Amino acid sequence: MVATAAIHESSAASAGARRKLGDFVRVLRDNGFIVGLAEAGDALTVLSRPASLTPSRLRPALRALFCSNKSDWEKFDEIFDAFWLGRGMKSATRISGVLQKSPPGMESSRSGDRPGNPDGAPDHVQRRIGLDHGTDENSPGLREGASRADSLAKADFRHLTNPDDLAAAHAVAARLAKAMRVRLTRREQSRRTGRRIDLRRTIHKNIAHGGMPLELVWRQRKHKPLRLVVLLDASGSMSMYSAVFLRFMHGILDNFREAEAFVFHTRLIHISPALRERDATRSVERMSLLAQGVGGGTRIGESLATFNRWHAKRAIHSRTCVMIVSDGYDTGPAEQLEREMSALRRRCRRIAWLNPMIGWRGYAPEAAGMKAALPHVDLFAPAHNLESLQAIEPYLARI
Amino acid sequence: MRHHAERDKVAERLAYAGYIPDRDLATAVWLMESLSRPLLLEGEAGVGKTEVALTLAQANGARLIRLQCYEGLDQNAALYEWNYQRQLLAIKTRESRADAVDVIEDHIFSEKFLLERPLLAAIRQPKSAVLLIDEVDRADEEFEAFLLELLSDYQVSIPELGTIHATTIPQVILTSNGTRELSDALRRRCLYHYVDYPDVEREARIITTRMPNIDVALALQIARMIEGIRKEDLRKSPGVAETLDWAAALAGLGVEDLRAEPEAVFETMMCLIKTVEDKSRVTREVSDRLLGKVA
Repeated sequence: MVATAAIHESSAASAGARRKLGDFVRVLRDNGFIVGLAEAGDALTVLSRPASLTPSRLRPALRALFCSNKSDWEKFDEIFDAFWLGRGMKSATRISGVLQKSPPGMESSRSGDRPGNPDGAPDHVQRRIGLDHGTDENSPGLREGASRADSLAKADFRHLTNPDDLAAAHAVAARLAKAMRVRLTRREQSRRTGRRIDLRRTIHKNIAHGGMPLELVWRQRKHKPLRLVVLLDASGSMSMYSAVFLRFMHGILDNFREAEAFVFHTRLIHISPALRERDATRSVERMSLLAQGVGGGTRIGESLATFNRWHAKRAIHSRTCVMIVSDGYDTGPAEQLEREMSALRRRCRRIAWLNPMIGWRGYAPEAAGMKAALPHVDLFAPAHNLESLQAIEPYLARI
Repeated sequence: MRHHAERDKVAERLAYAGYIPDRDLATAVWLMESLSRPLLLEGEAGVGKTEVALTLAQANGARLIRLQCYEGLDQNAALYEWNYQRQLLAIKTRESRADAVDVIEDHIFSEKFLLERPLLAAIRQPKSAVLLIDEVDRADEEFEAFLLELLSDYQVSIPELGTIHATTIPQVILTSNGTRELSDALRRRCLYHYVDYPDVEREARIITTRMPNIDVALALQIARMIEGIRKEDLRKSPGVAETLDWAAALAGLGVEDLRAEPEAVFETMMCLIKTVEDKSRVTREVSDRLLGKVA
């Protein structure tokens, strides 16, 4: 531990206090706090004052030092009590901590054959009935060779059962998300034109002309990047799609400078922190763990209400596109969904609703929830294969 | 007992200047002073974050320098700017004297033509100032990065002039409403305090401090009532400023006991409610129910 070493260098506090503080810093780190050398050093300064060695005085000081956001702030007391006052430390810190390691058993499960996706196999029956027009000729596994990537692009995600195919689909999704972002930025740059004169630069440049502003320097308005907020339905009816979408969302969060991601089934879960994990596979594993529904249907309306109430203020600004990925089967009341959709509509710039079922032949938005939501949706598009995801890009570029 | 005493001294100083801090905040302010690190205050709108800086400046007899952040805030508006009109004039006059180009350049990019903006002003005070960087979450990430640089070195480099070192290190208070997630780097640089709504007792003390003529019992009633309203599921919960407004309104109407005048309570309560939805939610029944709980 680097911090521990730094603490040991200072001799102001007793050895015992130093060691204890080092341990405390470690516990905080285990619980997702960001504690650097400077904080640890400052804490030692505080600790070296004899008066601060009682919990009632030490607590607020260390809290101000070590916390850096509201969630830290809320966790701190529990951890502090557990550590310094010895109240059930192990269990308390583990529960409140962020998921650092996958629980036993998770390491082996690839996202492809994750436990939430047993529907992959019985899908054979459905394939005969709800046929996707592109599926038969492009069925993955049947066609190999040069056009493999192309066939993947058209294959309905439901029919990707083989883990290798799924991994390939994941890779394409990540590339797509990356490409989407790159193109968007480039467009922004080439569109730039001057709006105001930059006096400072102009003066500097025209000293040689005796201050006569012959060469003007312009100021350009900087384009704000588009922010993408993705709400993904992870309920049972969507389970054959969610694995691919989680991967897609990982690609988006990785590559969009501003993006937030949520999944919902019976409740809404903020998954951006899990998505920001560097290692894609681990991240998707963490997420699928978070995303596993408890059963009992999908409450889209309620989840949206949660979003509007608690997250919208922070997640949404004027150039935000909210992307809802769901089949629209809401087990809650349709009126609630309608109300929340209209509330959301007022807040953000665009709402895109991606529905994997549009890709199915003969699909019409009959579900009550879907019908209620449609009037508030700007883009209603299919999202059953990679090609359909690719098709959204020009839309995003125009926002 | 030194820490304890010092912290209490901070609390006393703030209270004397009219701000009633909770104990943790007093500790945070004390830490900020002794470690000379910036203090980041986060919390709902209207809990009195900005007020902390105002009173701190007053209590210390320091100058308050305030930088209100907004989207698109840039270095020119926050740090320094050249005085263009004077520069142009200077170029013209020098030109008639046929000075060399680089002489002119040196002249017009000198201290004389520099306009101080809040950040530069803050580090050039003869006596350490209180620098309030208000609603830092409204500024964009680039500005945050730039701020970080200033807050870690307390020096500014101006390309035309060179590096300017701080004459005094200001006490820096940053506030954020949480409309945007701040970077970890900035958070790490700062001490952190989450400002919550005051509890009943503290709110009552705030009322009596600001309105010395108000009856203590009434202040307590008002504080309890406000606590009840904050527990209702409102879009916009009333802040401390609203509490004070309301107390002033009630005092103006000559109300002495809330329970005796439910009518007046309900009508004046409207100065606490800020959206149409909330207005329809807080009905007379709700008002009476809350009033029933005010013992």
